[in-house]
This record gives sequence, C-alpha cells and structure tokens, in this order.
Amino acid sequence: MIVERKPLNLAERLYIPAVANGFKVTWRHFKRTLFEGRTAAGDTAGGFHPEVPWRVGEGYRGAPYLVRDQDGATKCVSCQLCEFVCPPKAIRITPPGPDGAPADRRNAEKMPREFEINMLRCIFCGYCQEVCPEEAIFLQRDYSLSGTSRAEMIYDKEKLLALGGAHAGLRKWKQKEDEARAQEAFPPAAS
Amino acid sequence: MAPSAETIRIKIDGRELDVPKLMPDWQGKLQPTTMLQACRLAGVEVPHYCYHPRLPVAGNCRMCLVEFGTPMVGPDRKPVLAEDGSPKIARSVLPYEPGTPRGAIACATPISPGMEIYPNSAATRQMREAVLESLLINHPLDCPVCDQAGECKLQEYSVEHGQAASTFVETKVHKPKAVDLGPRIMLDDERCVLCTRCIRFTRDLVGDDRLGIVNRGSYNSIAAYPGSRFENNYTLNTVDLCPVGALTSKDFRFQMRVWFLKETKSVCPSCATGCNITIWSREGRIHRYTPRDNDAVNASWMCDQGRLNFRWVARADRLTEVRVARDGAPLQRTTGPSALQEAVARLGRVPKGALALVASARLATEELWLLRRLAAHFEAVTDVVDRPGTGDALLVSADKNPNLNGARLTGIAADAPGSRLAAIAQGISAGRIRALIVFGEDVTRHGIGAELLAKLDTLVVCDLFESETARRAQVVLPGAAPAEKRGTFVNTKGRVQRFWKAFDAPGDARPELEWLQDWVAAQTGAPVPATVEGVFDEMARGLPAMAGMSWAKLGDLGLPLIPPAAAAEGSKP
Repeated sequence: MIVERKPLNLAERLYIPAVANGFKVTWRHFKRTLFEGRTAAGDTAGGFHPEVPWRVGEGYRGAPYLVRDQDGATKCVSCQLCEFVCPPKAIRITPPGPDGAPADRRNAEKMPREFEINMLRCIFCGYCQEVCPEEAIFLQRDYSLSGTSRAEMIYDKEKLLALGGAHAGLRKWKQKEDEARAQEAFPPAAS
Repeated sequence: MAPSAETIRIKIDGRELDVPKLMPDWQGKLQPTTMLQACRLAGVEVPHYCYHPRLPVAGNCRMCLVEFGTPMVGPDRKPVLAEDGSPKIARSVLPYEPGTPRGAIACATPISPGMEIYPNSAATRQMREAVLESLLINHPLDCPVCDQAGECKLQEYSVEHGQAASTFVETKVHKPKAVDLGPRIMLDDERCVLCTRCIRFTRDLVGDDRLGIVNRGSYNSIAAYPGSRFENNYTLNTVDLCPVGALTSKDFRFQMRVWFLKETKSVCPSCATGCNITIWSREGRIHRYTPRDNDAVNASWMCDQGRLNFRWVARADRLTEVRVARDGAPLQRTTGPSALQEAVARLGRVPKGALALVASARLATEELWLLRRLAAHFEAVTDVVDRPGTGDALLVSADKNPNLNGARLTGIAADAPGSRLAAIAQGISAGRIRALIVFGEDVTRHGIGAELLAKLDTLVVCDLFESETARRAQVVLPGAAPAEKRGTFVNTKGRVQRFWKAFDAPGDARPELEWLQDWVAAQTGAPVPATVEGVFDEMARGLPAMAGMSWAKLGDLGLPLIPPAAAAEGSKP
C-alpha cells in the first residue's frame, strides 16, 4: 500500500503551532508547580522518590530473598535448582557437605552452608522462585538496591534470610516426620 | 566372549532382525539371548532397575515388562498360517483372562524363533506406568535433598514412562532414613526399590555376602548382616549400581549436585591396575571419581581406596611458584622461561656422565619419554622410586605406581625398580655425580639424604608438593596432577591408556610435559613435538612395543603393548 503524502499547508510548514502545542503540557505543569505548589509525583505517589518510597503493586518482581517458615527455620534445603536455572548465574550455593550443620527444619536433612545472590547480576526474572521445590525463595518488593562496593551487593545467607521474612507454607518435612512417628514399626531416630 | 554365530530371526516393533542365539551373560558364559539383549541390539532401550549386564539376573523389579507374541502352533504342531501365508502370531495374554495382555520380563525371558516383541505398544506402556506407580507407592519423593537427583532412574523413568498422579491415597510406609551401613555408605531405606543389585554385587562379585533384605511386604528393607558393617574395599560400587538414591556415598554426601559437575575421562593413578575412571569436577575442584566401563581392565568397578584418593590434588602445600636460587642466593620466585634458562645454563656446564635423574613412575609415559631423551643427552644414570604395597585378587595391584611399566618401557627405571638409587647416592657421595634432576619425588625419603643433596653443584626439581628436596634445589618447577594434564599410563598388564585434563593446574604450575618440551629443546638443540599427541606418536615410533600405535588410535579404552617376541618379529624386514 502506498500512502499518499499530502502537501503541508502554511501553518504546518511554519512548525510554530506544533511547537506551541507541544509546550502545552510543559506549560501546564510549569504553572501548577509554580503557582499551586503541586507536582506529578506528589499527585500520584504522595511525594518524591527517596523521601516517599514508591509503593509497588502486587506481583512486582523485586529482589529475591530467602524466607523462613512459620517456626523460624530456614526453608531452603540446598537443592541448587535455582543456582542451575539462574540465567545470569547470580546465585551461588555452598552445600553443607557430609559434615555440615544439620538442617534447621526437622527431618529436612539438609540446608545450605552459604547462599549468595549477586544483586548486580540478578535480572529479577523470577525463575528461582518458580523452580524452588521448597517455596524458600521469593521475589519480593524491594527495587531500590544500592551499595558502596561490589562486594556489598553480594547478599549472603544471613542477609537474605533477614530481608526475606517468614512465609507460612506447606510443612512437608514435618508432615513426613509426624507420619513416621505415628507408625509403630519404624519410629524415626530421635533427633 | 563373543555372541554365537547362529542367529534367530525375530521382530521388534514390527522390524525384522537377526539376533545371535546365544549371548554372554554376566560371567561371559554363553546363554540364550534375552528379549532385553535383543532389544538393545535393535537399538530399543527397555527400562529396567534390577537388570545389570555385569550382575546375575534377578528379575524382581518388573520394570522391563514387555508385551510379546509367539507364532501360533496348531494341534498338529505345525505353525498356523494367516491368509497371506505368514505365520499367525499369538499375543501373550493372561491364561484365565484372554482379553488382558500378559507381559514378560525382558531381562530374563529368552527369545525364540519367530517371536515378536512390542516394546512400545500401548499394553507395554500401560504396564510400565503401573509398575512405576507401584514402585513409587512408598517412595518419599524427597528429590530436593537426595544426592541421586539428576542421575536417578526413578526420576528418569517417571518422566519418560510414568504418569503424573498416583492413585495411592493411604499414608506412606516410613522406613529408616540415613542408616549408617558402613564406613563409606549411607542407606535410605525409604528410597530403595529393592532391586537387590547391591546384594548381588557384593555377594557374587566381591564375595563378601554382607547385605540382605529383612522384614516383609512394604517393610522390606536392605540391611547388613546383624552386628556387622558393610565395609569391604568395593562398597562404593554399590552407590553407582543403586538405580535410586538409597545407597549414597558418605564422602560425596551433600557435596554438589551432579548436574554441575564436568565429566572427564581419566585413569585412576592410585595403583598399577589403571582402572578407567571419570573425574567429576567443578571449577578446578574434584568432587568424585566413578569407574568407567572397560572390559579389558576394570569392567564397571573400582576400589574404594582409589576412588577416594583425590583430595591430595588440592593440598595446601602444592607448589604454585617457579623458583630459582641464583649465585647462592635463597630460592626466589621467577618466570618459567628464566628458570628453564638457568637450568639449561647450569646443566650445560656438567660433564657427560656426571648427572643423575630420578623420575617418578607416577609421571605420564610421554613425560618419561622426554626425560629419557634428556638423560640420553647427558648419558645420565636414571631410576624411579619403587612403591610396593599389597594387592588383592580383584582390582588392587601390589604396585602402587600407576606407570612403572611406562618407566620400564622408556628405560628410565632399572630392571629392579629403585635399585640404582643406592648407586646414585654413592656417586654423589664420591663426587662422581655433580648434578641431579628429580621429577615428582622427594628423594630425601628414598636414600638420597639432604646432606648428599648439599654436595651437588646443581639440583633441578619438578614436583607437585613442597619437600625437603624442593627446598634444596636451585631450580624448582611446579608440576601438575594427572587430573590437570593429558597423557598416558601403561598399566601392570601393559595396556596403554589415555587420560584427559579436567582443569588447569594451580598458580604457575604446568604439566611436566610442557616444562620438558621447552627444556629438552633448549638443552639438546633437537626439535621436540609441541603437543602431547606429537610426543606420543614420536615415542610410538621409537619403541618397538608401541609399534603402530598413535594417540588417536588409543581411543577411550587403550591398547595393549605388543609383546617383545611379536615386536622382534615385526621389526624383521
């Protein structure tokens, strides 16, 4: 299809009306700020960014943090699926090894010795949350991540757990243990 | 043993095929070919848990159930023919319920002439689904904490042949978890599918009948004989054999998920047997060794001792710096080329015959070959350090050097290995020997003490670790472990086997071969091949026992040396 190019009339050829039109919005905001003391940020979010944090909506994909369960125990069992799936390789997990500390969650056998997320690498895709079989990592609402060095931007297990908060979900390891305890034949070893 | 020449014509998935009538069983004896073997020959994989080609057939997991059919036979014992003249096939059905297909376990059912196997029919698929569902009834589904995840047959077959939902709604039976079965083995009874591979392995191959199944029904569990532990030198093979996560290695427990590990083909350097292994490493760290199939050496097995002997590669006292002591000054860090220059200059002043060379029989054959060239240039006395130990009837060799045969072949080792060390010590003491080159050994622990080393004009050492010898050297070159380089070992039976590099050596360390390539070229002025392949091929041309070999021809399984008699025959015009 060929679009016919219409010849421009005089007003259009001058460009001045178009420029004036363009300034309408600018002029409107200028007047509002100067005479009424109102701002667009104030109207929509209640203030400017660092002083008044921007409230993100439900389902926003912010920084991924580790969560604790309702008993305050680490949910992560160090299965390393998030490390595997992470497209920018931002996650690095050190598994406990044979002599690592036993898991916080009873009967879970395993928890990470160290869990690091490099927030400079993270692209907030949410794959880690999606792949996690333990509901232990969630993309939360933090969007403003800053630090004074690269090392500071690598969040370790302690920091991630402190920022992540609690998430009450399935307690499958506890359920397994309760089931086993209810069966006389094989009482689990007291732990 | 090779399969029989006599064949049987059968049909697999509608495809006609001639398969050998007899095939070797786990002991190599010829037995009637089974449906599973026939399917394998046809390139059709039948899923299985308890079947293993190197173990006696047990037929208990039922995973390899397949639907099949046999030619119909009439009352006159003659085949019933269809209208088009082809034999009519009677599909296997339950005798009391002719509408229901009846599968047979492919691992234990021999084939017969005219048989048709349907490994992909609807009935076969349904049988597999049912068997998997049954196996998973009491399975804990704790893949997130299970070390087998990623190499688990339950996971793989569930994806390929299983169904998503289970019809089992009752509470699962719970069995003991994290059972300490032996010093190297952890058992999780809940994950076990009772295939008995571990029981058969330790009973029939190791001869240590230690494991069995105790309790009944859903409470069936694997256990060691009461009051004893599963602790022979081959226990970790059961971890490889276990198709699920029931038997896991305590050493590898919770170390790393297998999907992160890089697999490198290698040869175990712990003794002269030269078991073929796979090195599993990540970012310059070895996580485990597993045996690699080679019928001529180790079948599918290796000993626990060799398997766990890899931590030394990452020892803290590894040499990572090139060091030179110039004009009586203490050893100082320098660059590789300047260290080699120093060595060449120092050794250039040594008269012929006044130099000795002690090499390790843990070096690769190519390295020993270049050392041979260096020794020939100086007319040096050479020898290795002998490492006798105790062997066993299965795989462990009494010779703890992985490449003593390579050292013999290249002429570095004396006929009685280590016998010339005393002569070297005497030579140094008498002042006849003015310079010593040591590769990969601490000679102060083998009869050439520190006071003798102090008498030398020049001592050049290439080693992996800090040692008394390295401290007294004028030139120190850091070397590489077998996992950090390529090369070949010649095992005790005279099989030349390649090993590959898994990761780089730490710091300034380089494979000994790289040091030697530069050094030999600079010292002798003769050209040296620039690659491992080139050095091997040069060596193969130079040694009658390796006539006709090349790096490429060795393949993954290696090649046997040509016996001396045959080599002499071949060299005649």
